[in-house]
Amino acid sequence: MSNVPANHTLILAAVLFLIGTVGVLARRNLVFVLMSIEIMLSAAGLAFVAAGSKWHQPDGQVAFIFILVVAAAEVAIGLSLIFRISRYFRGVDSDELSLLGEESEI
Amino acid sequence: MSALLWIAVLSPFAAALILLTLAARLPKNATGAIACVSVGISWIAALILGASYLGHSLPKSLNTTLYTWMSVAGLRVPMGLHLDWLSLVWLEIVTFVGFLIVLYASQSMYDEDGYSRFFGYMTLFVGSMLTLALADNLLLLYLGWEGVGLCSYLLIGFWYKDPVNCNSARKAFIVTRIGDTALAIALFMLYLRFGTFDIAALMGQASVLPGTIAAIIAFLVLGGAVGKSAQLPLQTWLPDAMAGPTPVSALIHAATMVTAGVYLIARLGPLFQRAPAAMLAVGVVGAATLIYAAMSAPTQRDIKRVLAYSTVSQIGYMFLALGVGAWAAAAFHFVTHAFFKALLFLSAGVVIDAQHHEHDIFRMGGLRRSLPVAFWTFLIGASSLSAIPFVTAGFYSKDLILYSDYISPMHGKTLMAIGLVGALLTAIYSFRVVFHVFFGEQRIEVSKRPGALMTLSLVVLSFFSIFAGFLLFPAIHLNVEAERILAIVSSVLSLLGIYIAYLYFSRPEWSAAVAESATGRALHRFFYTGWGFDWLYEHVFVIPLKWLANANWTDFVDKAFVGLGESARYSGLGLESLQTGRVRNYAVGLVLGAVILAAIVLWR
Repeated sequence: MSNVPANHTLILAAVLFLIGTVGVLARRNLVFVLMSIEIMLSAAGLAFVAAGSKWHQPDGQVAFIFILVVAAAEVAIGLSLIFRISRYFRGVDSDELSLLGEESEI
Repeated sequence: MSALLWIAVLSPFAAALILLTLAARLPKNATGAIACVSVGISWIAALILGASYLGHSLPKSLNTTLYTWMSVAGLRVPMGLHLDWLSLVWLEIVTFVGFLIVLYASQSMYDEDGYSRFFGYMTLFVGSMLTLALADNLLLLYLGWEGVGLCSYLLIGFWYKDPVNCNSARKAFIVTRIGDTALAIALFMLYLRFGTFDIAALMGQASVLPGTIAAIIAFLVLGGAVGKSAQLPLQTWLPDAMAGPTPVSALIHAATMVTAGVYLIARLGPLFQRAPAAMLAVGVVGAATLIYAAMSAPTQRDIKRVLAYSTVSQIGYMFLALGVGAWAAAAFHFVTHAFFKALLFLSAGVVIDAQHHEHDIFRMGGLRRSLPVAFWTFLIGASSLSAIPFVTAGFYSKDLILYSDYISPMHGKTLMAIGLVGALLTAIYSFRVVFHVFFGEQRIEVSKRPGALMTLSLVVLSFFSIFAGFLLFPAIHLNVEAERILAIVSSVLSLLGIYIAYLYFSRPEWSAAVAESATGRALHRFFYTGWGFDWLYEHVFVIPLKWLANANWTDFVDKAFVGLGESARYSGLGLESLQTGRVRNYAVGLVLGAVILAAIVLWR
């Protein structure tokens, strides 16, 4: 059943993770940031599945389902937050939301 | 019966708790009522206890323990009270005079701001004073001792908006604190020796103490007593303590707290009997103080300062009695003094209120007709203070002290002679005030008259200022010839003092003559400033200390701490640039951290 070597799957997972990371770091639109985080989560899930298939254990797939649920909840909360932010700040540019960095007095 | 003892102590504390926490939310009448009722309950409890004590239905000394206060490493201190004749005397007087003064104050302080704060402190004071007097161990006594000191501080500075009052309060606190420290060291030494704080146990063993150690401890205790009772050399705080409201001066700085030192020495009597040197020192301190204060009092212009110096002087008499081991005589003088001095202060309070808060006796005059209540009560108080023979309480107690000194083998006759000189001066300064305030022509219009409650407490105090002396009438041994002569001499001296005061008052040219001569002026200045003690302490202690503090303002320790603060400030400023507020920058930090951690795990 498994013709794909584990190494290849893991490399794919790493590439996916890197793409997600770069997306988080580079994109300014919060919606894309959220999507990139989803990609990172998928990469982690893929790694779990690959490991599970290599050692013939069901744990990998259980963990993947778990990640799937967490990701769904995270998206629900994340999207609603972004929705509020876009209402409040009239935009979803993450660099515009820099209240914490404003000049303060010591 | 022991429950009654606890009620007497805890009732004022409960009132203080209510008044200080509910503060201004209570209506004024309720505030006054709570204070009066709580001290009244203590008084009634004290009366029942006193009656059963005199009726021999109580043991000679009653001990009762509520619970163990602390129990650490072999030290077990119970929350326990002890009632014997000495603490009973203090219990009765503190509650009775306290009740009358609180009653008076509930009316005289009615228009003041902080009415409930005032009564919160007053009831707290009564509770602490009872703790002090009834404690069965020295640690609990010390708690009460500090409690009354705190209340004294709070009440001297009651009108805290005037910095002068605050300074007086601080002075009183710090000067008595010097004595308190000595007392604390004495407590530690006693504990080291015997491993207990229980007074009865300690005094039972006092006779086995080595003489030198007993002397050291006794001198330290004397230091504490001297501070609290405003005796030489720690007497300077009491005249300034008059900055507080008049009922405070009457209760704390005349009738009760300042006699705590007398109580302490009488309580620890066996210790002092083991150390004759300390005992002699008590008498000498008393004699020196009574003459010191009696010479300062006649030069004061402020009516309350005259009374303050007279308090210092009268407590000197009590020390005179303690110095020859006449505990009962000291306690008797405490009783009569509490009555007549509280009376004098409260009566002076009426005068001051009536004269638009004028304190200067030379600006008053002729109040005999317009303030009859104040006149008669002040006259009774002053007569009792001057020990007018046979009709006043002060005569009997003072005579008992002088006689106790006379029959004592320990330098008693010298002490007695000083006491007699003091008696003459006492009569002079008390009647000087009477003549200046109540005779002559009236200068200031009477603006306020005493209310019914005030008059009531004045009248009751007057009654006891006269009749409290007959309690101990049998103690006067008029059948002994020496006693007869002594009584006659002191009577003559007190009447002579009044006559001198009258002469001086009716012949203003005499005081003018004194004021014109340079020696007279210098002497007046010397006595007026309390023999320059304030000046001396200012130059010996305060100014060098201030100089030292200024010189140490920026020493190396300080620099180290300032450097620590500065380095934190600059590193904070440096790190501030990292705080951009951009989520992406933080995310970079996160990723970098993860990469570094992963690298450490992989290439370890």
